[in-house]
Amino acid sequence: MAGVSRAVVDLILKYFVQTNPVIKLDAIQKTYHTGEVDVHAVRGITLNIFPGEFVAIMGSSGSGKSTLMNMIGALDRPTGGHYWLDGIDVSTLDRDALADVRNEKIGFVFQGFNLLSRTSALENVEMPMQYNRQRIHSHEQRTRAQQSLELVGLGPRADHHPNQLSGGQQQRVAIARALVNKPSLLLADEPTGNLDSQTSIEIMGVFQKLNDQGITIIMVTHELDVARFTKRMVILRDGKILTDEAVQNRSVADKELQRLRQEQQAVKLAS
Amino acid sequence: MRIIASLKIASRALRRNKMRSLLTMLGVIIGVGAVIGAVSLTSGATKQVEDQVSNLGENVITVFSGNFTTGGMRGGWGSAPTLTLEDTAAIRLLPHVVAISPEVRDRAQVLANGLNWNTQVLGESPDYPQIRNWDIASGSMFSDQDVRTLAKAAVIGKTVADQLFPNENPVGLTIRIRNLPFQIVGVLAAKGFNLFGQDQDDVVIVPYSSHMHRITTRTFVNSIQVQAENDKVISLVQQEITDLLLARHRSKEQDFTVRSQLELMQTVTATSRAMGFLLAGVAAVSLVVGGIGIMNIMLVSVTERTREIGIRMAVGARAADILVQFLIEAVTLSAIGGAIGIAGGVGFSRLVAYLKDMPTVTPVIWIVIAVVSSAVIGIISGFYPAWKASKLDPIDALRYE
Ligand SMILES: Nc1ncnc2c1ncn2[C@@H]1O[C@H](COP(=O)(O)OP(=O)(O)O)[C@@H](O)[C@H]1O
Ligand SMILES: [Mg+2]
Repeated sequence: MAGVSRAVVDLILKYFVQTNPVIKLDAIQKTYHTGEVDVHAVRGITLNIFPGEFVAIMGSSGSGKSTLMNMIGALDRPTGGHYWLDGIDVSTLDRDALADVRNEKIGFVFQGFNLLSRTSALENVEMPMQYNRQRIHSHEQRTRAQQSLELVGLGPRADHHPNQLSGGQQQRVAIARALVNKPSLLLADEPTGNLDSQTSIEIMGVFQKLNDQGITIIMVTHELDVARFTKRMVILRDGKILTDEAVQNRSVADKELQRLRQEQQAVKLAS
Repeated sequence: MRIIASLKIASRALRRNKMRSLLTMLGVIIGVGAVIGAVSLTSGATKQVEDQVSNLGENVITVFSGNFTTGGMRGGWGSAPTLTLEDTAAIRLLPHVVAISPEVRDRAQVLANGLNWNTQVLGESPDYPQIRNWDIASGSMFSDQDVRTLAKAAVIGKTVADQLFPNENPVGLTIRIRNLPFQIVGVLAAKGFNLFGQDQDDVVIVPYSSHMHRITTRTFVNSIQVQAENDKVISLVQQEITDLLLARHRSKEQDFTVRSQLELMQTVTATSRAMGFLLAGVAAVSLVVGGIGIMNIMLVSVTERTREIGIRMAVGARAADILVQFLIEAVTLSAIGGAIGIAGGVGFSRLVAYLKDMPTVTPVIWIVIAVVSSAVIGIISGFYPAWKASKLDPIDALRYE
């Protein structure tokens, strides 16, 4: 079974390569108490994710993907179980400590981009550095934000406001913002949910490039096409892990884009 | 988070909604402006009165002959023949009396240069300029020697000098009073009008002895001007003079009146203090109104920017960072409002002062009060909205539509 094979991989990584997991979830639970009924959104998930992995979390709507991601992203606290991030037990931290974890260790990318409107791309990317516990000189903030934008291919658009950018470009700004504090982990909750298929592939290209540079990425999606760009797929159902396996025949964004362009060319020639 | 970064965020948020920010500040602007304007104008008026009071001389006690409250004496102060030079000498010996001048008054036609002028002729001692805090512009005051020898020496006021000697320095020249030639030894500096609108410079001053023997033939003085050592002993000296004169005159009824400039001053300061309380009340009310306006808008702003708060929390803002950000926004609003209010109030009072020819003074303390209270209003009215913002749950805030 897939779960068993994964457990073997974990053991090999832990004892023979001597890498510690970035994320270690131990029987994580989340129960919402809303009115009469309790909603068990996540019911006991155990999961290890190691540095350099690129994981897709899949599942139908309401299967608990966002709830799980919010807990991994230190935006929310589990109601049961334990969660270690870089060896720190996050499930016991208080509000301020969680804020610091979000600031230093996690970059979050949302489906709706969540950029500040009427604020330039550069200033949006600078924002997380304003909340660093160590002072970052405003000059350095500028340089780092600019570098981060260049990393996602938006260097020349630094002074554009979100309403002057396409959806794909806005999502790149959000990725640049997520990366600017050099987090151990990049989290993305349906990052391509609001984008057309070609732009989605471009964003997956950005993720693959970042992952090749060693950044650990966890991404929620319900589209198999998108998940195929990752290295590992975890499928949830009713708040539990259904399957957890490596991606076979992984898609490569550059090739997919090339293919897409050729198809468009063919359509043009035909008409 | 650093204050500078918060200030930047605040100023951007306020600039984004310029019209709303201005309207929000309006309460504080009008409140502070009205108070500063009113304070400036009333302080100006108060200062003008105070200046005129101190123009009368410092720590001066005046003893008038006759008692205003006595039924029989209807001639007014200084008209009854009750005060003598002996009384003056006795008062001089009291402790805390530093200068004294018996005063005799008369009106006379004076001549010089073929010109003539009707003016007040006073008989005084050489202490008089010191008591009245009055400078000699040129020449000098007559001396004690002049008093002893009934010298025909005179010191004249600015108005008399201008009328009789339009083109020359009168010092050393002669003026004729009741046909007697007096030598002018000094000219007094201009003093202007007194509280009752009389021209104080329209005067000729001669030694009291000369006045009493040569110009008039009197044995009584109209009043005695006494200068006390300092303002703390004025009441004491007043009492001593009263006791002394009662003993000396041995009359059943008090036939003199002792008044001090302190009493006048106290009336003035009491009035201005009452005015100050009134203004402080107006200030408090208008600042509370301004504060409510700020709180209202800050609450709207927090709701509108719930998503922004969520985003900031998602990237690592602590509750305190959010609190400080909104507090600074509120304080910036009220501080700018206060500053505009101060400028407007000062400008308004200057304009009124210019148009109505009134004095205006803006006391620094009121500017400090305005600055401090608008900052305090900002903190108080901003605190609840800021606290509300900081207590938001990051996920709820991010989901907010
Ligand atoms: N704040 C909440 N309060 C109550 N129930 C919630 C809340 N958030 C999510 N849920 C419920 O938890 C379950 C999982 O939701 P979610 O994690 O958003 O699913 P997904 O992202 O996979 O669509 C759903 O049944 C949802 O209705
Ligand atoms: Mg979801």
